Amino acid sequence: MGGATLTKETGPREVFCGLTSIVWLHRRMPDAFFLVVGSRTCAHLIQSAAGVMIFAEPRFGTAILEEKDLAGLADTHDELGRVVTNLLERRPEIRTLFLVGSCPSEVIKIDLARVAEKLNEQLKGNVRVLNYSGSGIETTFTQGEDGALKALVPFMPDNQVDQLLLVGTLANAVEDRLIKLFNRMGINNVASFPPRQSTDLPPVGPRTKVLLTQPYLTETARVLKDRGAEILHAPFPLGVQGSYDWMKAAAKAFNIEQSLFDSVLDPIVLRAEKALKPYKELLTGKKLFLLPESQLEIPLARFLNRECGMQIIEIGTPYLNREMMEAELQLLPENSVLVEGQHVEKQLDRVRQQQPDLVVCGMGLANPLEAEGISTKWSIELVFSPIHGIDQASDLAELFARPLNRKNILSKKLLTHA
Amino acid sequence: MELTLWTYEGPPHVGAMRIAASMEGVHYVLHAPQGDTYADLLFTMIERRGKRPPVTYTTFQARDLGGDTAELVKGHIREAVERFKPQALLVGESCTAELIQDQPGSLAAGMGLSMPIVNLELPAYSKKENWGASETFYQLTRGLLNNQKPVQITHDPQKWKTEGRRPSVNLLGPSLLGFRCRDDVLEIKKLLIENDIDVNVVAPLNASPKDILEIPKADINILLYPEIAESSCIWLERNFGIPFTKTVPIGIGATHTFLSEAHNLLGLPAYNQSKNANQSRLKWYSESVDSNYLTGKRVFIFGDGSHAIAAAKIAKEELGFEVVGIGTYSREMARAVRSAAKELGLEALITNDYLEVEAAIADAVPELVLGTQMERHSAKRLGIPCAVISTPMHVQDVPARYSPQMGWEGANVIFDSWVHPLMMGLEEHLINMFRHDFEFVDGHQSHLGHLTNSQGENQAEKSQLSNEAKNNISDESPVWTSEGKAELSKIPFFVRGKIRQKTEKYARQAGCRQIDSETLYEAKAHFKA
Ligand code: SF4
Repeated sequence: MGGATLTKETGPREVFCGLTSIVWLHRRMPDAFFLVVGSRTCAHLIQSAAGVMIFAEPRFGTAILEEKDLAGLADTHDELGRVVTNLLERRPEIRTLFLVGSCPSEVIKIDLARVAEKLNEQLKGNVRVLNYSGSGIETTFTQGEDGALKALVPFMPDNQVDQLLLVGTLANAVEDRLIKLFNRMGINNVASFPPRQSTDLPPVGPRTKVLLTQPYLTETARVLKDRGAEILHAPFPLGVQGSYDWMKAAAKAFNIEQSLFDSVLDPIVLRAEKALKPYKELLTGKKLFLLPESQLEIPLARFLNRECGMQIIEIGTPYLNREMMEAELQLLPENSVLVEGQHVEKQLDRVRQQQPDLVVCGMGLANPLEAEGISTKWSIELVFSPIHGIDQASDLAELFARPLNRKNILSKKLLTHA
Repeated sequence: MELTLWTYEGPPHVGAMRIAASMEGVHYVLHAPQGDTYADLLFTMIERRGKRPPVTYTTFQARDLGGDTAELVKGHIREAVERFKPQALLVGESCTAELIQDQPGSLAAGMGLSMPIVNLELPAYSKKENWGASETFYQLTRGLLNNQKPVQITHDPQKWKTEGRRPSVNLLGPSLLGFRCRDDVLEIKKLLIENDIDVNVVAPLNASPKDILEIPKADINILLYPEIAESSCIWLERNFGIPFTKTVPIGIGATHTFLSEAHNLLGLPAYNQSKNANQSRLKWYSESVDSNYLTGKRVFIFGDGSHAIAAAKIAKEELGFEVVGIGTYSREMARAVRSAAKELGLEALITNDYLEVEAAIADAVPELVLGTQMERHSAKRLGIPCAVISTPMHVQDVPARYSPQMGWEGANVIFDSWVHPLMMGLEEHLINMFRHDFEFVDGHQSHLGHLTNSQGENQAEKSQLSNEAKNNISDESPVWTSEGKAELSKIPFFVRGKIRQKTEKYARQAGCRQIDSETLYEAKAHFKA
C-alpha cells in the first residue's frame, strides 16, 4: 500500500451523513427533486449544510415523519404517496424524484423501493421515481452521491460504441473544459454522468471506458462494471500531476498517440505549473493535517505533498476503499500516517500535539481550531469548488494558501491567543 | 407526514444542545448517528463560537444495531465523563435513537457516576427546538434543585428589606442561538443596577450547575425569554414561592411595564415612569419631525412568539406604523400571538411553512417586513425592505457591536435597525424615479440590488404604457418645450417624477401637444381642484 501506514480508529465521529450530497446534486440536475424521508433533524441538517437559502423554492425537501407515522407502516407508505403526489402537482417541471432514505426511515423499515415502484406505476413514466439511502447509519457525506448515481445506472441506455464516460459531479465549466481537452486529443465521444438533465442519461456498454472524477463512487463503479463498462485506474484529477495521469489513462485506453497527447497537454501543464509556483512557495514545508470527511483527503494529501511540498502529518479518511485508492496510495510519501474511521477527541488531541500549519476539517470544528490559533480549511468547500483538472490546479492550491496567507497579513499582535 | 422544504426550528435535541453549550461544566451525551454532528456548526458558524459544544455523539452505525448498542452508549458516557469531568451530565437521544429505545438516560443512571445526571426524553417526532431547550433547562433546574425544595413555602420577595441588602433577582432564559441574548443580558443588568436591583444568577447563559444551585437565593426571577425559561420559572414559583416578572422588556413601553412589575414584586418604591421617560432616544427620534414619514407605514411581523408580540406593540405604539400582518412559527406561543393579533384586528398566521408566510406577505403588501432570516430572503424576493427581529438567524444577525433588543439601548437599536431599511427603501424609490435624470450617477446601487431597479421600472413603464394605450389609442405623447423642461427642473427632485407624469396626463386629457410652464401650472391647479 504505497508509502502509507494504516491505523483504524473507532469512537465518536464528526462527519456529515450522505444526505449532505443533495446540496450539490440538486444543482447539477435542475430537473430532479430530492425528497428525504426522515425527521426534522434530517431537514435541519440539509438546510444548515446548504447555508443561506437564496432560492424561492429549493428542489429538495423532507417528508418529516410524525408520531402517527411510526405506528402503522402500511399507512406510512400511502401517506408518503400522498406527499409525493402533492409535491409533483406543485412542481410540474420535475422529471426525476429521488426518495432518499434516512436513519429513521431505515430503522422503522420504510420500504422506499416499494413506494417508488408503486409511484412509478401511477405516474406512468411522466416522472421517474428512484430511491437510495443517505442515512447516517449507512453512509457518510459524499457517499450519498454514490447512492444517487447507482440508482440512475439501470436507466442508462445500452450502447455498443467506443465511449469515454466521466463519472462524478463536476462543475459545469470544468466538465466542458475536460471534454474539450479529450476532444483535442481525438477522444470524441465523451459523456458525463450525472448529466445536466436527469432525463438525459448517457448510454453505457461494453465499449465504455469510465474515468471516475471523484473518489467516493465505489458502488456506482461496481454497477457500471456490471453493465460492461471498464473502469480505468488512475489517480483522481486533482492537481497537475493527478489530472495528467488521469487523462493519460484515458489516452492509453483509446490508443492515443503519445505525440498528440503531448501536444495537447504540454503547453497546459507548463502554464499550470507556472501558476502553481507562488502557492508552492508559500505551502512548501508547511504541516498539513486532514480530518476525515469527504473522501477527498487522500488525493488532496497527495497533491499538496507532491505538487506543493506540504508535509503531511495525518490523513484521516471516513473509510478506505483500497481498490479505489490504489493509484493514489502509491503516490503518498513513505510512512504517511493514514487513519481510517475516527475518534474525534483523540484526533483533536493529536492535532494539538502536532501543531500543524493547516487543518482540513468540517464546519463544526473549524472555528474552535482557529480559536486555538490553528488555521483551517473547510472540507465541504472542496466539494463545491471547481478544483478538477490541470487548469484548476493553482486554484486548488490557492484554497489552501489563503488561510496561511491571511495569517501572515493580519497583525501578529492582534492575533495572540490567551 | 409533513413536507418541509425549510424549517424555522431544529429538532428538540438541538434545543438541549443550546442549553448545554450555553453553560459551563455541563456535558451532553447524545445517542445519535454521525450525521447529527452537523449541529455543532450552528454554534461554531452562526454564533461564531470558538468552542465546540460540549456534546459527545455516540455516532452508532447500522452494523452496531445488531449488537449491543447499550454497551456502546455506556462506553461513550464513561469516556466523556473521564475526559470532560462535568459537574452535571445530560443524557439523551436524537430522533433515530428514540426508535431503538436504548434508554441512555437509565443506562447512565445505573453506572454509579458521582455527578447529577439529567435524563432527557425529548420526543423528536412531535416537538421542536425551542420546546427542547425549555424542557432541558427545566429538567436541569429541577434535577439540581429538587432536594432543596422547602417543605413549606416561606419565600418572601421583600425579605431583602429586613436583611439589610439590596433586592436581588435571577435573569432566566438567555441562551446561545437566541436572538441577541449576549447583549440583552448586559443591558438588563445595567437597567437593574440603575434601579438599585442586584443580579444574582444569569442562566443558562454562562451559568454552571453550581450557579443553578444559587437560584433560590434571589428574591424574584426575571423571565427574559419565555420560550426557554417559562416552565422553569413556573416550577420555581410553585416549589420555592419565587415570583417572576411576565413582561419581556423589549420596547420603551414594555421596559417601563417590566420595571414597574419588578418594583412591585420586590416592594420597592413605586416605579417612576416620568423620571425615566427619556432614557431611550427612540421616543424623541420617533417624535421628531423627520419621523413623520413613518406614519402609517405598513409592517408585516413574523418570528418567535415573544419577539413578534413585542415588535407589534413597538410598531404600533412607539413608531406609529400600521401592523398589517403578524404570525409565529411557534406552536407553544400560538395562543399569545393570536390574542396580540386580535387586539390589532388581525388574524395571526401560525405556521412552520415559509412559503405560506411569503404568500401572506405578498398579500398584505407591507412596506416593511420584520421577520427571521427566512423573511429577509422572502422580502428580498418581493422587493420589500426587511429587518430581522427573531431567530432563526444567519451569521450576519450576530453582530460584533453591542446591539441588544431589550431595555433603553435595545429600543435605540430597534429604531435604527427598523427605520434604516425603510430609508433605504425610500432611497430605492428615488433612485428608480430619477435614474434618467442627469444628476443620477450611473452605477448607483441601492441595497436591494438590481432586481427592483431596472426590472421594476421597466415593468411600471410597460404597464403604464399599456394603460395609456388603452385610454388614448390615437393620442400621441405631448412634447415638453425647453421652457417647460426648465420649469420642471425647478421642482424638487423627490416629487418631480410624479409631477411630470401628472402633467403629461393632464396635457393628453386637455389635448395639448406641447407642455410649457403654463401647462405645468394648469395641471397643478387641475389636480388640486
Ligand atoms: S444522520 Fe440520520 S438522522 Fe441524522 S440527519 Fe443524517 S439521515 Fe437524518
